[in-house]
Amino acid sequence: MTGADIMVKCLEKEGVKDIFGYPGVAIAPFYESVRASKINAVLVRTEQSAAHAASGYTRINKEIPGVCAVTSGPGATNLITGIATAFADSIPLICITGQVKSELMGGDVFQEADITGACESFVKYSYLIRDVDDIPRVFKEAFHVANTGRKGPVLIDVPIDIQQADVRRFNYPDEVNMRTYKPTVKGNMVQINKVISELEKAKRPLIYAGGGVLLSDAGDKLEEFAAKHNIPVVSTMMGIGVIPTEHPLYFGMVGNNGKAYANRAVAECDVLIVVGARVADRAVNQPDLITKDKVMIHIDVDPAEIGKNAGPSIPLVGDASYIFDDLLVKDYEADYGEWIEILDGYRERLREKEKESKDYVDAPAFIRALSKSMKDDSVYVADVGQNQMWSCANVIIRDGRFLTTGGMGTMGYSIPAAMGAKLADKSRQVVAVCGDGSFQMSMCELATIRQNKLPVKIIVFNNGYLGLVRQFQHFNYAGNYSVVDLSGNPDLEKLSSAYDIPFIRVHNNTEVDDAIKKFLKNDEAYLMECIIDPMAVV
Amino acid sequence: MKRKVFQLLVENTSGVLSRISGLFSRRGYNIESITAGETADPKITRITIVCNGDDEILDQIEKQVAKLVDVCDIKELKPEQSVYRELALIKVRADAKSRESLISLTSVFRANIIDVSAEGLIIEMTGGQDKIEAFLRLLSDYEILELARTGIAGLRRGTDDIVYPKVD
Repeated sequence: MTGADIMVKCLEKEGVKDIFGYPGVAIAPFYESVRASKINAVLVRTEQSAAHAASGYTRINKEIPGVCAVTSGPGATNLITGIATAFADSIPLICITGQVKSELMGGDVFQEADITGACESFVKYSYLIRDVDDIPRVFKEAFHVANTGRKGPVLIDVPIDIQQADVRRFNYPDEVNMRTYKPTVKGNMVQINKVISELEKAKRPLIYAGGGVLLSDAGDKLEEFAAKHNIPVVSTMMGIGVIPTEHPLYFGMVGNNGKAYANRAVAECDVLIVVGARVADRAVNQPDLITKDKVMIHIDVDPAEIGKNAGPSIPLVGDASYIFDDLLVKDYEADYGEWIEILDGYRERLREKEKESKDYVDAPAFIRALSKSMKDDSVYVADVGQNQMWSCANVIIRDGRFLTTGGMGTMGYSIPAAMGAKLADKSRQVVAVCGDGSFQMSMCELATIRQNKLPVKIIVFNNGYLGLVRQFQHFNYAGNYSVVDLSGNPDLEKLSSAYDIPFIRVHNNTEVDDAIKKFLKNDEAYLMECIIDPMAVV
Repeated sequence: MKRKVFQLLVENTSGVLSRISGLFSRRGYNIESITAGETADPKITRITIVCNGDDEILDQIEKQVAKLVDVCDIKELKPEQSVYRELALIKVRADAKSRESLISLTSVFRANIIDVSAEGLIIEMTGGQDKIEAFLRLLSDYEILELARTGIAGLRRGTDDIVYPKVD
């Protein structure tokens, strides 16, 4: 057996069935061992996609971190944006990189990059393996660290000689033994009782849910708690889908790009329960407002997030799933009916007007029609740009998932993430929605979709511009557009035929319903292009 | 701006110092000094960090450092409950004329002269930062050729609050 065999055995012990990657000399021993194993390795077309695909995979699989493996040097550095994206969204990944021979390290040899050093500020933890006997312990720890507490990517850098070294036997540790890493998941009972007593006194409570709720798989519990006490819910972008978007208690996404009535609810509530959210700049641009004249309760598994952007009245460290278990067994009496009525009124009054457009596809109306027609448990992956803003504001999520990158806002996320999501659960319908800019950042993955017969459906909103930047220049630079014109776009019909992927182009609203039917009908890859008004703004 | 001294107990891994200093630099926290050395348990390193910032920053420093996977423990070493010591090596120009006065000044401060050459001497001094600062002020009449300071190391007084990292 070799070190590489041991690496693969560790992955098997952790239950890994699929990995994403791109081989090269420095990771060749590992891929040789993968070939001889039952693990399915998907060859992406650029390394960044490997990390995004692993991200989409774990966000649907939920049990184990997504795994990607690439070679040293440029392979590893190409992975960085994907790692940083996962870190910003707290997505658990195991990122394996090949490294040059141990004895050559530090000598600036061919395809050498100090990847553990380069990634230090956006991995949860990283390992550089110096001794082949450390492999089992490192892998055991890496999976544990990535997938517990506040989740995140863990990098394992393995020099080629370590992968090639002979090993007598394989012993995988049963448990981790880390004296320095012990995240708090269970909430402090004193604090939990305080939450209940504040809710008892409250007249206008509000739950403000973020991506952390989905990461701890606590959406159902949150919904049960909200329904039990009739507490309205708003979400951040990463929290969309914590409860069905058409739930009577759901009042939309907060923030600059969110719903006016959601922000109004945050401003006027008297007890605000922030759970699994960072109070980040895009969601709350004036953090002091969310503590003013109200009791703010902040529930998060990461103690460093509590008080970072806004000082809570009641800090509560723990995993959302455990916290809601504890909250659900407590009973109290309160009637928030009046508050719900007020919020219903806001929702009615502040609802955006439907826009009619004859010459183009109206993106918001299209997204509502599309997500309404998708299966209940389907996965909607939004990219970055105007498409993301429109998606957040209009997507309808029932039992399904809404995936996007809220923290880093990495263009090109949706197609590889959708591939990962589809591979994680083939029974679910997966649709990636991107713009013509973000599509071209991951266009190469059409080959991966074709090669692996991944029935991923892709929508491209084509407005011939980097729309969100154009819009920014429109408002902030007196309409002087600089380097946002995408007029070199390929003909998507020809492109999809080159990849043997069926295609449909939608020119205006009247064609939408039929096109969506055709697009969603079969479990097959499909590319749909929607012609959007080049001057449309979010 | 406040000044705080933190003591850290960290796993003695190869990247631990760069992880800690990297955290300070990327989040824009100010480090006044940092010292590190093995503890009685060779797997554990004790780090003393002196930093400054307003209350919110200092609170974030404590939480962000605690979050690092390699960190066992972080505690503030409050001045009234702790002892701090720093070592300074000071090379001063000294000819036959000024040597005598430097030697007596050194002995008043209970410092040691550890090297003498024709042109100068090296003074070794250990103490709280105030004492070192005071001594350096007195040396302003002389020419300091080179100065090496370690930054402070600190411990809490008494035996009540000792952190024992759990043994594997």
